[in-house]
Amino acid sequence: MAESPLEQFKIERLAEFHIAGYDASFTNSSLLMVIAVVAITAFLVLGSAKSALVPGRWQSMTELAYEFIANMVHENAGTAGMKYFPWVFSIFMFVLFGNLLGMIPYSFTFTSHIVVTFALAAMVFVTVTLIALARHGLHFFSFFFPHGAPVAMAPLIVPIEILSYLSRPVSLSIRLFANMMAGHTMLFVFGTFTVALGLFGVLPFAVNIALILFEFLVAVLQAYVFTILTCLYLKDAIELH
Amino acid sequence: MDVQAARYIGAGLAVIALMGVGVGIGNIFATLISSVARNPASRNQVFGIGILGFALTEAVALFALLIAFLILFA
Repeated sequence: MAESPLEQFKIERLAEFHIAGYDASFTNSSLLMVIAVVAITAFLVLGSAKSALVPGRWQSMTELAYEFIANMVHENAGTAGMKYFPWVFSIFMFVLFGNLLGMIPYSFTFTSHIVVTFALAAMVFVTVTLIALARHGLHFFSFFFPHGAPVAMAPLIVPIEILSYLSRPVSLSIRLFANMMAGHTMLFVFGTFTVALGLFGVLPFAVNIALILFEFLVAVLQAYVFTILTCLYLKDAIELH
Repeated sequence: MDVQAARYIGAGLAVIALMGVGVGIGNIFATLISSVARNPASRNQVFGIGILGFALTEAVALFALLIAFLILFA
């Protein structure tokens, strides 16, 4: 065993910065985030640079991404939710590019760190709660008591509803983080099997090819799941049940 | 029993949750197949929901895996 399967998630400082006692170094994680933002900008700006009526290959990819999220927001959160479309689209592209850039060999998956995904999920949670409070004011707190439930059940239902509301950012972040981490660990474990078995390593190698395809599916799927759950939370904030 | 042995047993116990996940994912795809077989026209609508359900169920398996990793390495 050369190294542990979790070695690939190690964060390395590329340039050290300390601001007011806090370690704010530029790490390989930050580098990949910058690359993701640059890649997204290039993808969208170059794709829509010469807007032809009959789109070329690149332009239709850009349009596909745009329409996919626009439809998703419209179907789930309604017309009122379209105001928040740019925000949802940014989240989708950032998570998607983070997942896909991690699939490049020897690169780094920043979405495989709970700090990153929890920051994203907490941002979603806080924004959605603020939107609900701004739209409904104090009436928002009726969200914790489902319509039509008997009042006598309130002491039981309200704490459960509050707890389930508060566990949203936790489950949202752990889902993305655990998927990415488990997937990359699995690829590494099958990679070591291939090396250790010599000639018979063909079998785990075949499994690894299938796993890499599966990981691409998971990378896209988890970005989709993260976004659609954001849309559903947005719908709850706008409609309150 | 020393701590390392207990850790391995604990990690093994943690992934028993995969039993439920296996039943869940099987159930999702069984229902998906039968609903598409009943009404092939609904395929495009149902497929997306099915994949979403698959991803949500798969996440439960990964929670268990995460606990196993925590027991083993943390």
